[in-house]
Amino acid sequence: MKKQKLVPEPPNFSRFDLLSEEIVFIILDFLNENPLDKKAFSLVCRSFYAIESRHRKFLKPLRSEHLTKVLNRYPHVSTLDLSLCPRITDASLGVISGSCKEMLRSINLSRSKFFSHLGLSNLAVNCRNLVEIDLSNATELKDLAAAAIAEAKNLERLWLVRCKSITDIGIGCIAVGCRKLRLLSLKWCLGVGDLGVGLIAVKCKDMRSLDLSYLPITNKCLSQILELQNLEDLVLEGCFGIDDDSLKSHKLGCKSLETLDMSSCQNVSHVGLSSLTSAAGSLRQLILSYGSRVDLALVDSLQKLSMLQSIKLDGCQITCSGLKAIGNWCVSLTELSLSKCVGVTDEGLSSLVTKHKDLKKLDITCCRKITHVSLAHITNSCTSLVSLKMESCTLISAEAFVLIGQRCQLLEELDLTDNEIDDEGLKSISRCSRLSSLKLGICLNITDQGLIHIGLCCSKLKELDLYRSAGITDSSISAIARGCSGIEMINIAYCKFISDRSFMSLAKCPKLKTLESRGCPLITSLGLAAVAVGCKQLAKLDVKKCHSIDDAGMIPLAHFSQNLKQINLSYTSVTDVGLLSLASISCLQNMTVLHLEGLTPSGLAAALLACGGLTKVKLQASFKSSLPQLLIEHLEARGCTFQWREKIFRAELDPKCWKLQLADAE
Amino acid sequence: MDPEERLCADTWTKSSSGCESLNTPPNISIFSDFNSQQQKWENSSFHDFGVTVQQQFSDFNQLFGAQNSLSCNVNNQKQMSDPKDKQTCDAHESSNMQDWDPRAMLNNLSFLETKIHQLQDLVHLIVGRRGQVTGPADQILVQQQQLITADLTSIIVQLISTAGSLLPSVTQTLCSESSISQLGQFGGVTNQSAGVSDNVPPLNNNVNKVEDHSDLTGYFGAEQNCPIEDHEMKSDDDADEGENLPPGSYEILQLEKEEILAPHTHFCTICGKGFKRDANLRMHMRGHGDEYKTPAALAKPNKESSSEPILIKRYSCPYVGCKRNKDHKKFQPLKTILCVKNHYKRTHCDKTYTCSRCNTKKFSVIADLKTHEKHCGRDKWLCSCGTTFSRKDKLFGHIALFQGHTPAIPVEESKGSAGPSDRGQCSEATNKVEQLEFNYKLDAPSRSACQNIMDVEGTGEDPTSYFSPLGFDTSSMSGFHEFPRPPFEDSENSFSFLLSGACDYPPKNGRYTGSNDLV
Repeated sequence: MKKQKLVPEPPNFSRFDLLSEEIVFIILDFLNENPLDKKAFSLVCRSFYAIESRHRKFLKPLRSEHLTKVLNRYPHVSTLDLSLCPRITDASLGVISGSCKEMLRSINLSRSKFFSHLGLSNLAVNCRNLVEIDLSNATELKDLAAAAIAEAKNLERLWLVRCKSITDIGIGCIAVGCRKLRLLSLKWCLGVGDLGVGLIAVKCKDMRSLDLSYLPITNKCLSQILELQNLEDLVLEGCFGIDDDSLKSHKLGCKSLETLDMSSCQNVSHVGLSSLTSAAGSLRQLILSYGSRVDLALVDSLQKLSMLQSIKLDGCQITCSGLKAIGNWCVSLTELSLSKCVGVTDEGLSSLVTKHKDLKKLDITCCRKITHVSLAHITNSCTSLVSLKMESCTLISAEAFVLIGQRCQLLEELDLTDNEIDDEGLKSISRCSRLSSLKLGICLNITDQGLIHIGLCCSKLKELDLYRSAGITDSSISAIARGCSGIEMINIAYCKFISDRSFMSLAKCPKLKTLESRGCPLITSLGLAAVAVGCKQLAKLDVKKCHSIDDAGMIPLAHFSQNLKQINLSYTSVTDVGLLSLASISCLQNMTVLHLEGLTPSGLAAALLACGGLTKVKLQASFKSSLPQLLIEHLEARGCTFQWREKIFRAELDPKCWKLQLADAE
Repeated sequence: MDPEERLCADTWTKSSSGCESLNTPPNISIFSDFNSQQQKWENSSFHDFGVTVQQQFSDFNQLFGAQNSLSCNVNNQKQMSDPKDKQTCDAHESSNMQDWDPRAMLNNLSFLETKIHQLQDLVHLIVGRRGQVTGPADQILVQQQQLITADLTSIIVQLISTAGSLLPSVTQTLCSESSISQLGQFGGVTNQSAGVSDNVPPLNNNVNKVEDHSDLTGYFGAEQNCPIEDHEMKSDDDADEGENLPPGSYEILQLEKEEILAPHTHFCTICGKGFKRDANLRMHMRGHGDEYKTPAALAKPNKESSSEPILIKRYSCPYVGCKRNKDHKKFQPLKTILCVKNHYKRTHCDKTYTCSRCNTKKFSVIADLKTHEKHCGRDKWLCSCGTTFSRKDKLFGHIALFQGHTPAIPVEESKGSAGPSDRGQCSEATNKVEQLEFNYKLDAPSRSACQNIMDVEGTGEDPTSYFSPLGFDTSSMSGFHEFPRPPFEDSENSFSFLLSGACDYPPKNGRYTGSNDLV
């Protein structure tokens, strides 16, 4: 954005003058996919530059140093996301509040550090139209900061996730100050109890969405919350203070409630649940993950919920009769999640899915007891499935997977990780032409033969996970890259036969953002260079244990992958030079460099200093002593956190051995 | 033998042989409605008390006669005029604080010794008299016995309080005030009855007791029935508002101010040590010999047999004009001795205990101070309207109720939570101690060289050694610990206030241990 090529003045008449600003704005609205597009647009001519400046409403800067200039250039910015800035001080907030003034409507300060209540107060006073503030992870902020936020009288949405130091007093200030609040997330605000939440319920009558996860609250404030007339979304995950005794003593219930999350509320059984849901007639989604046992009594207590569409019972112990009873509900569910449920059997699941024919999303991850019978019933009745997640359903035989492709052709998301699926199954699945996400990790039976079919037919594929699917070679990756040019994420970790050829074909996928190729020893710097040149949007790169990659790969990466945010170079042959060259990637924030043989403390120090935007670095613990303490302190003051690892080098295992080891560990 | 002691002995021999001859006209006029036997006992007790006071007084004389030009001779009181008398007493008191003579202490001790012997004699006499009494109706006998026991206990109490006043650390209200008032009255009596050379009893002081014999018996009976618990019952003195006993259905007892303010209520009849609790006294008694170790002696004194109906006892405050005083129109009696004590201290005494945190709240009952200190400064829940709350839920209830009110964030949050006031207090306390030591060192040149810094530090905690003048061996002071030790808190003297301030921090640590360490 800083580079400004001076385009020569157009001659007396410019055809662009015919376009009104509104039309250009509409054109600009479509240039959202690649941030570089708008940059290129603004560089066309002065008028385009000016139009683009006026058009931009959303800004997500990487550094706070240039805030003054950037905000001067974009006077109409109303949404500011500072979550990528490693360091936001009170001064930065002062600049923002000084230049944005009333224009600013939303600011995201999650993960930003170094600011205090003074900056927030400045912001709240100057930017009167602020509607949305995200302050998550500001663990240091105290009640004074909350009191500063309370000055933002028009605030409607506020996230305070993990603000552990804020207490009831601070929340009380917010409750009194921000009367228009519609959304509030207090997840992990451990200092907030009944009194603060109760006051929110009393003062903020417009509340629509409330996240109270893991708060030490009891029924005392719950009865007040449920009196909120407009409350639609309530999350009570892990509220251990809520139990049956207190719930059943009150006739609770909120008519407007649409989503209720009671995960990990282990003290609530069907008794409390029925009293809680008895009046909540409009409930659409119910999440009871990791809660009490799902049996006949619990399921019957939910029978009255006539609007229910989605229920999540992840990690619950579930009985066969409970599953059957869900099948007997008069409502027709569209979403059902039974992942990691103990007790899901063919009998129960079959009778359930035959009744709920409208299911769109089904999650049966780790339901290890089910066999091809269940899959047959699922595919038979739920033909409109859009998402099917069935990781680690190991008893399902390979032949059964053919049914998925035969009957559920609307699938967009399919997770078959750790299953017995073979090439025949894949060939059948390739008929799901809408497939956008396919996970085939640890599927040891698949080979190129099947995957080539996927590449040929599933042109909409965006995500492909082939983690440790050892039979895969370059030819299938080439087919995928050719057929699914829109692919954004691919994981080919520990596919040993993958070589530079795959990378070269992937270089033709311009939208590729995430590339994971751990433990592919055949990949060299040459392949990496090709990807760097071709995949301009690459943001995450993991080449851990690709021993052949060295500095030669880093230099093109540093030059072309200007969107790279995260890189893992552990166990590669990269040295000081390669690491230092990465400093030219201004976006780079997250770096993992373990076991780099050629890395010296001084080279590392230079690289760390040069990469100004780093927020997280994972390093070998031995560097902790060899790096100058002053340097570490300096980097930490810049907003970088260090993670010191004491990992010992481990030889790589054969995929089958690895899987056996995994099974043993379980 | 001291003239005073001889005097005492005389009193006793005379009273035992029959005291009609000794009775002065005022005595007779007051006790005229008693029969001679009763009168005799009354008188003997009064004589005894009078002598006690005299003894005290003469000690003062002995002490300060040398320095004080205004020397007064108690035995020749007729020469004194009223204002002069007062002045002298004040002078005595103040000089008592400055110069304290261990010899006088020894004298007092020996006096106490003889006193105890006399008491024993009295007991013997009672035994003898019981044998003699024949003829009178049972009821009279009972009455007489009650009277005798009352007198006996009265003597003991007076004896103890006198003994307590001899302790150097005693700067306590009871003794100083009572001795002043007694002396004043004494002087008054002397003026009225000019020509009476000796044994003039301080009658005024005991008039009430004479009027109501049952008073003392009731007092001690009640003590046994209601063990004194320091804090729990302190609100009781107002709690009996609703009690509507018809007048006459209960017995009204009235304690004297001195008795109310006495630190101890149970006294060892052998060594005179005072105790707050009867059980502690019994434990103590074991040390005096095997006869006190029997289960019977250690057992809790039995309540009177329940067969005969006991009249409910209620108490009256001695302060005239008080609603709790029996002469008040709307008299409301107090339920227990403890109620009386707390009521009297709260209502009719100065509030001497100041809260060290807020420095504004004052209390006359130390338990009240302690209760307050538990909550003082806890009103940390603050509303933007300026109202403070001791409980968070109350604050939130307030905020939920009123529009526009918002919780206020305490100022400390930005500064850090360490309480500067605490530190201030601490340094204040050390300042006091330093000051004290400094004062002490002013005297140092006159001290023997062998006293080391340890001693100096000891003075911060041990008033005994502080008061001990030059060359006085502290080890000989250890004997004084046998005597009842009134707590510091009761003192009104500014000096001991300093002491208690210094001892406040750390609390209770070595309030008395200091001297023991030195010994």
